[in-house]
Amino acid sequence: MIKKLATFIKEYKKDAILTPFFVVLEVIMEVLIPFLMAKIIDVGIYGSDVSYIIKIGTFLILAAIMSLLFGMLSGRYAAKASAGFAKNLRQAMFYKVQDYSFENINKFSTSSLVTRMTTDVTNVQMAFQMVIRTLVRGPLMMVFALLMVLTISPKLALIFLIAIPFLGAILIYIALKAHPNFERVFKKYDALNRVVQENVQAIRVVKAYVREDYEEEKFKKANDDVYKNFKAAEKIIAFNSPAMQLTIYTCILCISWIGSNLIVGNSMQTGELSTMISYAWQILASLMMLSMVFVMIIMATSSAERILEVIEETPSIKNKKNALKEVKNGSIEFKHVDFVYNDEQEKNKYALKDINLKIKSGETIGIIGGTGSSKSSLVQLIPRLYEATHGEVLVGGKNVKDYDLHALRDAVSMVLQKNVLFSGTIAENLRWGKKDATDEELEEACKLAQADAFIKEFPSKYETVLDQGGTNVSGGQKQRICIARALLKKPKILILDDSTSAVDTKTDALIRDAFRQKIPHTTKLIIAQRITSVMDADRIIVLQNGQINGVGTHEELLKKNQIYREVYESQMKGVEESEKR
Amino acid sequence: MKKGKTIKRLLSYVTKKYKCQLAIVLISIIISALVSVVGVQFIKYLIDNIITPMLDSPTKDFTPLVHLLVIMAIIYLIGVICTYLYNRLMINISQGVLNEIRQEMFVHMQKLSISYFDAKGHGTIMSTYTNDVDTLRQMLSQSIPQVFSATVSMTAVFIAMLYTNVYLTFVVLAMVILMLFVSKYLGGNSSKYFVKQQEDIGKLNGYIEEMMEGQKVVKVFNYEEENKIAFDRLNNTLCESMTKANMFANILMPCIMNIGNIGYVLVAVIGGILSVNHILTIGAIAAFLQYVKSFTNPLGQVSQQMNSMVMALAGAERIFELIDEPEEKDEGYVTLVNVKEENGKLIETEKRTGLWAWRHEHKDGTLTYKKLCGEVEFVHVEFGYVPNKIILHDISLEAKEGEKVSFVGATGAGKTTITNLINRFYDINKGKIRYDGINIEKIKKADLRRSLGMVLQDTSLFTGTIKENIRYGKLDATDEEIVAAAKLANAHDFIESLPKGYDTIVSGNGAGLSQGQRQLLSIARAALNNPPVLILDEATSSIDTRTEKIVQEGMDKLMHGRTVFVIAHRLSTIKNSDLIMVLDHGRIIERGNHEELMKLKQTYYGLYTGAIEID
Repeated sequence: MIKKLATFIKEYKKDAILTPFFVVLEVIMEVLIPFLMAKIIDVGIYGSDVSYIIKIGTFLILAAIMSLLFGMLSGRYAAKASAGFAKNLRQAMFYKVQDYSFENINKFSTSSLVTRMTTDVTNVQMAFQMVIRTLVRGPLMMVFALLMVLTISPKLALIFLIAIPFLGAILIYIALKAHPNFERVFKKYDALNRVVQENVQAIRVVKAYVREDYEEEKFKKANDDVYKNFKAAEKIIAFNSPAMQLTIYTCILCISWIGSNLIVGNSMQTGELSTMISYAWQILASLMMLSMVFVMIIMATSSAERILEVIEETPSIKNKKNALKEVKNGSIEFKHVDFVYNDEQEKNKYALKDINLKIKSGETIGIIGGTGSSKSSLVQLIPRLYEATHGEVLVGGKNVKDYDLHALRDAVSMVLQKNVLFSGTIAENLRWGKKDATDEELEEACKLAQADAFIKEFPSKYETVLDQGGTNVSGGQKQRICIARALLKKPKILILDDSTSAVDTKTDALIRDAFRQKIPHTTKLIIAQRITSVMDADRIIVLQNGQINGVGTHEELLKKNQIYREVYESQMKGVEESEKR
Repeated sequence: MKKGKTIKRLLSYVTKKYKCQLAIVLISIIISALVSVVGVQFIKYLIDNIITPMLDSPTKDFTPLVHLLVIMAIIYLIGVICTYLYNRLMINISQGVLNEIRQEMFVHMQKLSISYFDAKGHGTIMSTYTNDVDTLRQMLSQSIPQVFSATVSMTAVFIAMLYTNVYLTFVVLAMVILMLFVSKYLGGNSSKYFVKQQEDIGKLNGYIEEMMEGQKVVKVFNYEEENKIAFDRLNNTLCESMTKANMFANILMPCIMNIGNIGYVLVAVIGGILSVNHILTIGAIAAFLQYVKSFTNPLGQVSQQMNSMVMALAGAERIFELIDEPEEKDEGYVTLVNVKEENGKLIETEKRTGLWAWRHEHKDGTLTYKKLCGEVEFVHVEFGYVPNKIILHDISLEAKEGEKVSFVGATGAGKTTITNLINRFYDINKGKIRYDGINIEKIKKADLRRSLGMVLQDTSLFTGTIKENIRYGKLDATDEEIVAAAKLANAHDFIESLPKGYDTIVSGNGAGLSQGQRQLLSIARAALNNPPVLILDEATSSIDTRTEKIVQEGMDKLMHGRTVFVIAHRLSTIKNSDLIMVLDHGRIIERGNHEELMKLKQTYYGLYTGAIEID
């Protein structure tokens, strides 16, 4: 895991290496300083030698300045390296998600991805900074202190040599015990986030049903879960400092006992004893540091795992080598296509079964079918948003798998049923279709989608700022902006997945009219509930339970397809009656 | 000072509930800090009072040594226990406070008006719950105990210093002042960037949330590369403020420590001069120098904690901002109660009678009950989301008991807005809305909304089983009731076809279900809710017409005799309405039933026959 994470240090390698380098220099100075200090006391003060004090004092000040310099440098590089590392991690995750297929996206919830990219990265970053600074400083200080102890009395050093591994074992034991607890904490955090996110998103439903109390209950449960688990995890960690203190105090008592005996036995000086004790404190301090790093690492391990989970998820749809860069035309063909959603609950349930279909370039195809008849699943296979489980989907005469994904999706423009507008101006949203579109092009597309008129009615027109999710325009307006956005791509195939459901009949008709006149060579697939939306299509496909129930023109289907006839009659009866009058 | 207030408020959470525990924590910290101070003295005592006499005496009596060590062992043990105690109790306190703050935030958020959610990015709100609360955890569980402990040992050492020599103490004091200046400069800079860092995190968080939510659209538009560029911009800004913030923070510690070192030299030199002149004893200087070291060490620790404190305070400010956000106003006092009818009189009852009444407490103290009929009346209503931009002009309408009232009109004509006014998601600028003759401002919001069922165009589901999602309409519904509601909404068949049926887990973002199926579920939810008045806002737009017809019939049966408001584009859905309003640019331009409007041969007629467009 560490190896994998380390690859994201990248351009901050220099900073990551310089940090411990300067830390080492800083530590050397820091070891030198107490040594000089001891000299000042032992020689200068006790010998009442002011000039000696000034001489060593000058050295000491020099050392302090050096130490300050090295400390600043190491601090600077550490900040740069760790912030950069965090940046790279976030970037790697975000970039990776951009490569995800729909299937991958369904696997992670939005809120969990957000926590992973922020909270988890921050945890890893803090641990990383600790590792390159404190994890170098701590052991180094300890080694120096141990060396000093060894030179004074190897016998007393033995105490530390027993105590340190003993303490290490305890710390590792605590860490291992705490780790699964922290993992649980993060899962609960995800759940808490999800409750907040869904609540914020569905606030109208919450308020309409007066379910604030219920939501509060739900949140309380998630909140208490976090509380309980976090407490359980921290309870284990709480043994860290006392365990350390216990060890070091025991060491001091042992040193006092053995040291006293040695002194009485004339094999040690009293001064050496107090030096021993101060080194014992230094060892304690470095152990303290290490244990803090330890806690950070424990917490960061769970976070790091979650980060790697995102980065290492293999996109289920990938580009082939030497993929085709151009889609010849807008013809579509389905050959014995079966499709099964690859998720736990839907396994073994065919969403599409044995679909055979040939669509010529430039044709207008209507798709109609009951709720849950897999209309969306069918069209999502065309821009390869999902992959057919069996059989082949061909666009422009070539299997969709042979195309470069970008090229394919540039040629196949799709307006999703659950469409999203982003915070920003209308023009910015439209330019998703074509980055460098001129204002005229925007206007033209909006005219086609019958959106130009209402946009121009807004005071700021195309510069009107949309809220997140486009909540400040009506449903029908949103849909038309989405259609205009899709049109700007100038696609070879245009798919409207129930994208005019909130648009009134007349406008809907105008949109289709515009399509016929302005983009006749584009293959158009229109999924709709309203029969008038598909009636004038070249051919209409009737889907039923994931299978094609009938294909034909309006007249043909009216004659031979029962489902189509029923739908037609249920919708058109009123109109005909009124026309008779 | 704003900061001072924030700290005070934050501490009030701690003192409110955890007075006892906090007292124990503080005492434990004091003891544990004193134990380590005593530890320093112990060696001096050991050498001076035990070992030296022992060396001189011929008997080599070890008992005083054993005694001292036993006493020290006990003292140390007390220290260790106190350390554990405060660490352990601090967990209770910090986690408890965080738990409470989060709960308070959420509870308060539920009371905010819809416009708050319109204006705030979802990611920003979420960031407050995670990032900002997290900084508080750091501060409560680490910074505060450390700072306190450091203060205790510094005070102890300072007293000892004063006791030893006043002049040298002034030298140390001068150093401390210098340290404070340096840390003020560096700390000020670093806290500036830490605050900026938290802001940048919030922004990035918001961006990530929005893009993750719209990831499918990103795919469809090949927008990955642009997305990366925009992300990189935010990410780099964050990296910059993070680097600067951490840099200043990292530099602070070496600065403090080395100023301390320089101070040490000064004390040594001055002390040396004093001792040569016999003003001070050598031992006193040696001890004093030891004190200088034990004084600067905790100071360094405190300086380390300053940043997390600053960050936490910035976070706390955002948290309190959310908590202080003014609540949705509700001055209503008329409540909705269940009643039973006896001899033509309404009597309040606890039971679910299916009969509701408005309990109206008048100013003069009299209490009247008015049967809930579902009559809604708009009198010259004017409304705009922003003060200067009126969206609805002079709307007057009357829906009588049991009527089906429909709104027709181009997108953006204001249909949804009207329904949002009935349940007071937004408050009107001018005019009056009466519900069963009562001004809706007098009705308690919760009761008003309880009397109105709503199915919205945007189907929001919650992560959980299908059963749980339907049960949202009536929390105490039995399984049978849920199935009945699902059948009425024609959702039963597709639910049964799922491998786990009603126990299938759906996720909030709706992976796995089609849009139409999600609409059927929200209709089932409303059907289970069985409200006196129902508002259907494009509730069936993604459902195929055959299914819609069945659903419609079911709903009509359910809502028989009750008032229903319908917004729909498919005119077949609303044909049988008692009253149809045609809206255009926020005005009612036609009203009447289907036959009347058809006879009028104007806009509605045009829409119905597809001859005119009103957009």
